[in-house]
Amino acid sequence: MKIVVCIKQVPDTTEVKLDPVTGTLIREGVPSIMNPDDKGGLELALELKDKYNAEVTVITMGPMQAEAVLREAFAMGADKAILLSDRKFAGADTLATSNALAGAIRTLEYDLVITGRQAIDGDTAQVGPQIAEHLDLPQVSYLQNLKYDGKKTFTIKKATEDGYQIVEVDSPCLVTVLASANEARYMSVRGIVEAFDKPVEVMGADKIQVDESKLGLKGSPTKVKKAFTKGVKSAGQVYEVDTEEAVGIIISKLKEKFII
Amino acid sequence: MNKSEYKNVFVFAEQRNGEIQGVAFELLGKARDLAKDLQEEVYAILLGGNDVEKKAQSLIAYGADKVIVASCPFLKDYTTEAYSQAITQIVNTYKPSVILLGATVIGRDLGPRLSARLTTGLTADCTRLEISEEKELLMTRPAFGGNLMATIVCSDHRPQMSTVRPGVMKSMDMDETRQGVIEKIKIDFDESKFKVKIIETVKEQTSMVDITEAKVLLCGGRGIGTGQGFENLKDLAQLMNAEVAASRAIVDAGLIGHERQVGQTGKTVRPDLYIGFGISGAIQHMAGMEESEFIVAINKDRYAPIMQMADLGIVGDVRQIIPALTQRLKSIKK
Repeated sequence: MKIVVCIKQVPDTTEVKLDPVTGTLIREGVPSIMNPDDKGGLELALELKDKYNAEVTVITMGPMQAEAVLREAFAMGADKAILLSDRKFAGADTLATSNALAGAIRTLEYDLVITGRQAIDGDTAQVGPQIAEHLDLPQVSYLQNLKYDGKKTFTIKKATEDGYQIVEVDSPCLVTVLASANEARYMSVRGIVEAFDKPVEVMGADKIQVDESKLGLKGSPTKVKKAFTKGVKSAGQVYEVDTEEAVGIIISKLKEKFII
Repeated sequence: MNKSEYKNVFVFAEQRNGEIQGVAFELLGKARDLAKDLQEEVYAILLGGNDVEKKAQSLIAYGADKVIVASCPFLKDYTTEAYSQAITQIVNTYKPSVILLGATVIGRDLGPRLSARLTTGLTADCTRLEISEEKELLMTRPAFGGNLMATIVCSDHRPQMSTVRPGVMKSMDMDETRQGVIEKIKIDFDESKFKVKIIETVKEQTSMVDITEAKVLLCGGRGIGTGQGFENLKDLAQLMNAEVAASRAIVDAGLIGHERQVGQTGKTVRPDLYIGFGISGAIQHMAGMEESEFIVAINKDRYAPIMQMADLGIVGDVRQIIPALTQRLKSIKK
């Protein structure tokens, strides 16, 4: 079995801080991580590798620095890695991103394509299903668990709003995975050592059969018209007092609001 | 593409088990505003099993001028492919300028598949929708990090698509006297593309709590600490007849289920009183609670972003304040 896993390098949002004066994001020193849902997807692929000797190819689109996330995937156990990097990909919205990724995946053999459900820097959950459409694959999103019959059929548990659903689908197909689906493995020492020697294939726009009008900013139907700092409503009162007094203030507010 | 051919604001009226979801009515409320500015009409798309048509009238009562109904066993329960085929045919027939979908599990599965099939843009989790002077849809959503908002347009492609989380828009009051048209459409399916088979659908009782209905919400964040901290908050909530909720950090730590998560990837709430305990106020969280009537924030950090939004801010350690507050309330109740 051949598996392609799409991963993304994202800023660690739990480390992001705001400038208290300007209210803008402090980007300096924010570490990059493998997007959590994607890591869940990679773990799923590696479990299939352990059981069925699947070959796992990871692919990411981004600047050259994004190579780091591919090295991490190598250290976890991925076999091959592709970095889609080209100025022509820059400024892509989700649809243009999915065009590039689908173009790259088309150059590979695959039985299963895996993406994370969504990335923590955008939370859109769009790129997975869009890739599936471009590749004419059936999709199963919000995957919690996957069983393989060893031949062709996947039995998948997927999350719904108020429970779950069990569905069946044959390969080839695309699934989008939740971080909570599994406990991602750590990089192994041997994996870390070997990760630096394994080759990362860099693909530019010339290596994929996708019309340039479908890539990057040019290929993005959505554009940012303006970005603005959120108008903060006039801040209320802030008290810096000891615990007893704080409790008193809260109680009086609860009374005022008829909560108690 | 000739944009002028595309007219009217469409709402995907999601049904599950034959019940139209609340978010559909909320979207109809917003669609009315947009249609008024565009001087166009509001259409609802209702897909479902053979008896789904009987629900069409309720969509008119909540603001639809026209309901397009496709009823067929293939559409009884949601599957990506059957729904994508149905909506693609409806879009090609009616040429809507705008399509709004709920940012539910179904909407987030369907929306991107459709946008790729129709080659158009999709903006996720919009918190504000309005029409520009050029009659374009302005879709505003929180952008990553900081309190940055981005307004997105889809100028050259139609339909303009966006998803909105449940609870973000307000539905209009139901008006049973409203008049509208119900139109049936027959979908020409390509069944060879139906490849995902539903084996079983299971409803879990545990996720029945709906924090969006709570009048008073006590929301715990990272500052609450692990272990006893969250248990103390639950005790306090019980004493106040309030519901507990949490930020993503707490849900990710496994202290409480996802159904109680507030924020962009959780639920959007607007209680009468929201109290954030040890919540710093990441934009993703604030997007889910900023419409609360009255906001109290308790945090060690005087400069936490949530302090700028709070009506009442308390600088202090929640691990001391929660037990003290519980004590005081108990003595008052006696």
